[in-house]
Amino acid sequence: MSKTKRKGNGVGQLLIPLIAILLLVVFNLIRDPSFFSIGTTVNNAGTTVLSGNLISIINGASELAILAMGMTLVTAACGGQDISVGAGAAIAGSVFVRVLKSGSSITGLTVLLAFLACCVVSMLFSSFNGTLVAVFGIQPMIATLILYTCGRSIAYWINGGATPTVSSGIISSIGSFIPNVPIPTPIFIVVIMAILLNLAFRFTNLSLYTQSVGINQAASRLNGINPTFIKMLSFIILGICVSVAGTIGVCRLSLINHETLLLDVEMDAILAVAIGGNSLGGGRFRISGSVLGAYIIQMLTTTLYAMKVPSTDVKAYKAVVIILLVVMGSPVVKKKVSGLIARRRAGSAGSEGKEAA
Amino acid sequence: MKKLFALSIAALAVSACMLVSAGADDLIKVGIVNNPPSESGYREANVKDFESVFTEENGYDAKTYYSIKNDEQLAAAQGFITDGVDYLLISAAETTGWDEVLQSAQEAGIGVFLFDRMIDCDEELYTAAVVSDMRQEGETAVAWLEGLGLDSYNIIHIQGVMGSDAQIGRSDPLDEKCKAEDNWKLVVEQTASWDEAEAKAITESVINSGEAFNIIYAENDGMAKGAVAALDDHGISHGVDKDVIVMGFDCNKWALRELLAGNWNYDGQCSPFQAQVISDLIKSGEAPAEKKIISVEKGFDATTITEEDVDTYGLGE
Repeated sequence: MSKTKRKGNGVGQLLIPLIAILLLVVFNLIRDPSFFSIGTTVNNAGTTVLSGNLISIINGASELAILAMGMTLVTAACGGQDISVGAGAAIAGSVFVRVLKSGSSITGLTVLLAFLACCVVSMLFSSFNGTLVAVFGIQPMIATLILYTCGRSIAYWINGGATPTVSSGIISSIGSFIPNVPIPTPIFIVVIMAILLNLAFRFTNLSLYTQSVGINQAASRLNGINPTFIKMLSFIILGICVSVAGTIGVCRLSLINHETLLLDVEMDAILAVAIGGNSLGGGRFRISGSVLGAYIIQMLTTTLYAMKVPSTDVKAYKAVVIILLVVMGSPVVKKKVSGLIARRRAGSAGSEGKEAA
Repeated sequence: MKKLFALSIAALAVSACMLVSAGADDLIKVGIVNNPPSESGYREANVKDFESVFTEENGYDAKTYYSIKNDEQLAAAQGFITDGVDYLLISAAETTGWDEVLQSAQEAGIGVFLFDRMIDCDEELYTAAVVSDMRQEGETAVAWLEGLGLDSYNIIHIQGVMGSDAQIGRSDPLDEKCKAEDNWKLVVEQTASWDEAEAKAITESVINSGEAFNIIYAENDGMAKGAVAALDDHGISHGVDKDVIVMGFDCNKWALRELLAGNWNYDGQCSPFQAQVISDLIKSGEAPAEKKIISVEKGFDATTITEEDVDTYGLGE
């Protein structure tokens, strides 16, 4: 099984995102040779930390990368996307802050409790989405449209409007740097999430089952896989991703603004899945592709800021690059290119043959 | 059909409110049409302000209708008119479409006050409009900055959603100043669309580029906080007598506390408090000299702000 999987789902899928990263890196190096240089500074908490655009990109993409992981699973299992992850993260962040504020002081224990609470709430909301999709067979985009529309209002109810702040050493340790550790904490969180998912794939049949449900639901059912359960599970895993992303978002700024927290991130997460070469129609998937996609999007944003593109033009520039990426990864172009390569190979093989004769 | 349904629901809601309140005769009947408090921290303070001024103790019988949709607001206003309120107070969702409703209010002899937001209509249709002048907020901030008398102004300008009233009003005076003066320079001018995280990313990109800057001019408190988070990560000092001057807008309570602690330098007010001015006008019974009344808006300086200012002018908690 693993052999056939590799054959159709190998480096080929990652080719486009890798080319995209390469192009962005080369472009930036030509524009400013020191763009990716990493230095150290002492932050205001007194810790010596790494700094530079590369760190900013990897750090800044953390929430998106985590959401892209969950989004890939949902996409693969359900053949559709969850567009409520931004609103869900706002709810998760609000719950996190609400629990923290209800205690008298912020300690490691209360932070853990707050995180668990926001995990549970996120999983509840994502199971709501999951139920609509898996049990009632509603298209994912329509089902999650409900939470997309009302999610930020729910987040408002939790904390009552204003933008509450929570300041504590623990919170800033999660959102920026742990004292005496030079690497931003969100990067560690992404790594931990990636390892956890990887372990889940290695020791369970989750990956295989998700793919088969995505490719052919009826056939998987006949083979003893429960599609409802698998779809539900993918939504619940996404729910965990949402709560982690929401928590990071809140901790970064020690503040929850339910209107702007991870605003429009659902579109970027779906884009990351697409750039990663995954089919948005479900089936085969590769999480590493989506994570690469997330870093590409962040690198693009950082590049545009560094180029000082005028405020009004940023989205247009972003759109142009994304059109290029998506067209490059489209089946038609892929087929043409591989056809071209095959013909060349055939041609050179032919000429070699002549010489030999 | 959907619209009609929304209208009838709104009208029903208003008339239901009316039925309950019938009976109080000597009170001044006021119908308030506002945006819902969930819109923003600003709106929340605005709603609270009206709730605290238009009370029975102050001699008012006030009914409020909240909606973010213009057509629902229009229906509600019409409902208030039909019910025979004495005064109609409106913060419109959109600037257009109000002529007909205001006309019928005038015919019914109802005094109309606009607050917070202007409406595109004939001035004769309302008694007065109590509004913020966003441009004035920008000018106050730029004047404060100029008053510091720095040798050079290297500014990171973080803008709100492009095209919004607040963005235009707070951007223009700074842009004009930077064009006019040689020692005023915009290191970067970029929109973060009110998003704190985006503001942090923009500031970070400037820090990474190694360009020198000494001022953060963020068009709201949240974005200023985002920018400050980037400064903290890179060990750049900010606040009173520090390397970087931090400026925000909106006067959230937590932001004013940052001023009080000397971590930020300036916060510009966008006053949500219009109720008292309107109440005074109603009680005096006289038409104001100017139709458009600009709310007095302060700019707070970290070196002079007091605990009392934080309590009086701070929004939220």
